[in-house]
Amino acid sequence: MDTNIANSNLKSEDYFINMGPQHPATHGVLRLLLTIDGEIIKKVEPDLGYIHRSIEKMCERDSYQQIVHLTDRMDYLSSHINNEAVCLTVENALQLEVPERVKVIRTIIGELTRIASHCLWWGVMGMDVGALTTYFYGFRDREMINDIFEETCGARLTMNYNIPGGLMFDIHPNFVKRTKDFVAHFKTKIPEYDKLLTGNVIFQKRMKGVGILSKEDAISFGASGPVARGSGYSCDVRKYHSYSALDKVTFNEALKTEGDSLARYEVRIQEMWESLSIIEQLIDNIPEGEHKVATNAVIKLPKGEFYQKVETARGELGVFINSTGTKNPYRLKFRSPGFSNLSLLNHIAVGGKIGDLVASMATLDLVIPDIDR
Amino acid sequence: MILSINIVENNMLNMLLIAAIYLGIFSVAGLFLVLLERKVAAWFQLRLGPNRVGPWGLLQTMADALKLVSKELTGTVKADKFLYNLAPYFVIISSLMALAVFPFTQEFQAFDINIGIFFLIAISSIGVIGILLGGWASNNKFALIGAMRSGVQTISYELSVGLSLVTMVLLTGTLQLSEIIEVQKNGWLIVQGHIPAIIAFMIYMIAGTAETNRAPFDMVEAESELGAGFHTEYSGMKFAYFFLAEFINMFIIAAIAATVFFGGWLEPAWLTPLGIAEVFPAIGVFWFLGKTFALVFLMMWFRWTFPRLRVDQLLTLEWKYLLPLNLLNIVLMALIVWLGLTIQI
Amino acid sequence: MDLMKVNKRAVMTNEALQNLISSWNFELEFTEEGSQFLNISVKPESFHQLMSQLKSNNETYFDYLFCVTGMDWGKELGVIYHLESTKHRHIIVIKIKTDDRENPTFDTVSDIWKTADFHEREVFDFFGIKFNNHPNLKRLFLTDEWEGFPLRKDYVDEINMVIK
Repeated sequence: MDTNIANSNLKSEDYFINMGPQHPATHGVLRLLLTIDGEIIKKVEPDLGYIHRSIEKMCERDSYQQIVHLTDRMDYLSSHINNEAVCLTVENALQLEVPERVKVIRTIIGELTRIASHCLWWGVMGMDVGALTTYFYGFRDREMINDIFEETCGARLTMNYNIPGGLMFDIHPNFVKRTKDFVAHFKTKIPEYDKLLTGNVIFQKRMKGVGILSKEDAISFGASGPVARGSGYSCDVRKYHSYSALDKVTFNEALKTEGDSLARYEVRIQEMWESLSIIEQLIDNIPEGEHKVATNAVIKLPKGEFYQKVETARGELGVFINSTGTKNPYRLKFRSPGFSNLSLLNHIAVGGKIGDLVASMATLDLVIPDIDR
Repeated sequence: MILSINIVENNMLNMLLIAAIYLGIFSVAGLFLVLLERKVAAWFQLRLGPNRVGPWGLLQTMADALKLVSKELTGTVKADKFLYNLAPYFVIISSLMALAVFPFTQEFQAFDINIGIFFLIAISSIGVIGILLGGWASNNKFALIGAMRSGVQTISYELSVGLSLVTMVLLTGTLQLSEIIEVQKNGWLIVQGHIPAIIAFMIYMIAGTAETNRAPFDMVEAESELGAGFHTEYSGMKFAYFFLAEFINMFIIAAIAATVFFGGWLEPAWLTPLGIAEVFPAIGVFWFLGKTFALVFLMMWFRWTFPRLRVDQLLTLEWKYLLPLNLLNIVLMALIVWLGLTIQI
Repeated sequence: MDLMKVNKRAVMTNEALQNLISSWNFELEFTEEGSQFLNISVKPESFHQLMSQLKSNNETYFDYLFCVTGMDWGKELGVIYHLESTKHRHIIVIKIKTDDRENPTFDTVSDIWKTADFHEREVFDFFGIKFNNHPNLKRLFLTDEWEGFPLRKDYVDEINMVIK
């Protein structure tokens, strides 16, 4: 702007604000460095690492059984699915065939985990746009799932139920009945969610056309899970790289093409319905049999590289193990869905208001330990 | 308890006494409102709410107030100390001043000024200066954004509050609150003015909620966006002043609505033949507070149900929808009054 | 059912992929790692060109970069890229290595896949591998003043690391 002398002499500075690491909307210790112009976002720069524990480095010294427990602490809302990912990788590497019973139970609990995670997301999503009541509704239903988990796995959040070769113990006798009760209960509650939040005029105005992500960008940014499916990118790992008992069930992949925050929201609501349907298809047909197969006390993976992807509540979790044939992995990498999903935040938030940033960030459903690992 | 006073005749002591009584009553009332909000929120949210301190948690907010009084007053180093300390008093004093003009029942009114409504509108817009000062002086970026939002919001919605009340003044022909109530002996104004009055009431409640900075218009605090907004840097009693002022403002907005639209301390018309009010005039306080709290509950209902608007949507709502509607409504009301189409009981 | 359609669509086998890519005149090495995917090692010089061709070629069309793994093989440092095609649903693994532990540098692929921006920063943070032309190459998880690269095998931290 050399020609404009008046402007070049004016000294102007960008207005920065620090969102986080202790900010209510970042749901954890994420720090966003915002460059704003009044209310309008000019740039969002995430600063990570506040809860980085270097799980990948820790895995290099741990045995494969121990690694399973570390994964709980990444995306703690999909802890069961994280455990499953590591177990599947190890089982595939050992070419270990787990009993059908294990596969079905893993899938049922995985889908329950997904519903629980989406319940929590729905609650805090409402809170982020200012509807505080949703939080308690979401938690009411999540609580029921946690009770089921507590009975069967002994834990409510970090479940540690999977072990390489199967499950730690068999399901609790009440499991089937309580799960059925929950499914019946929750079927009446999702319409309630819609009534309270989805249909609200203010909510629609806040979400529609906000944080638009095109399908091309979704793919290029490595988005996965509901974030990508809201942009019309069909990427459900459960469909394309089916694992456990997911090949035995029929379900639809929730897809929306709008790519805005509302689409991502609706995809998650739809996913809850689909998960319920998966559970219903499996819950009456849990095969009899053993709940695990015997493995060596010290698991040694053959030399080589192994990769397994699963669909967590947030998207595609990948486990990459490079083994040199010892009892520890030589290198273990977790491809976490949140990390890739976060990278597109700047792209969808620029040009919007601060309120839009919060709304779109809520629909990304970030779990910070999953990003930092 | 006759408090109707003529300032010229009564002495200083009398005035101080009344001031002390008002201050006492309303700091307690403010605490009660906080408790009420927490209970209402709990009912909406499948919770129990405060239930440990005192019976049904009645003393919870007292305990909170004690805690806040005993807390250290923190602040930022680079704050503009004078303005920073001044801000909370601006807010709390302006809201307490507004209380003086309300007729709680017949003859129970501290300050029956002949420009009552005008005084209320004027005094309630002083509060925002406190918020602006607080946000500016605390030298915090989130607080500054919150304060600026507050300025924008209050200036906008002030118009709608004022205009919707002006609509009703067309009907009463007076600004004096006691006379406004007198007029309503022929039927509450919301009945007398029927369609335009109902429109005015709806606009008033929306704008009133916005003016108290409550959800769904809580841009100023917007905890998911700005942390705590303008009072981020306040602690202890200074924070409590802001907090209390918000609740007293809510009471004021509801009380104005009760007085102007719903007959203030007048009992419902179908109860008049029983003659309770003649035997026991203080019953008016019950009716006044009953109506006010019903409206306060309505505002709490808004808060615990709706998501928050975005700041530009907030302004669009006011300038593009409420304001033109309001102006049309004034014309409509003028026509109705001119043609004598009001409903008189 | 969607799954059936996917299976019916001709997913290119690893062998077919290998035949196709080896016809591109790059200096490549196809390695067997006991992995279910096709593994290709490529020289850093022709890396960027290969990657852009893998994406732009209609038969390969690897448009989804889902995993970038930094590796320390003890002697060499390198990066492993997992690519998937959203059209053909086949997966490929690309590896690059260098012996230079002091100043390992590769070309960035963040111009091809936007996700590589963050993933490469992560690799830089933990392995000290630099990427040419990267728009914003700086520490992502660790603080700027952090010394060393923790996920390298020769990293020593007597306080924070528990070695069994």
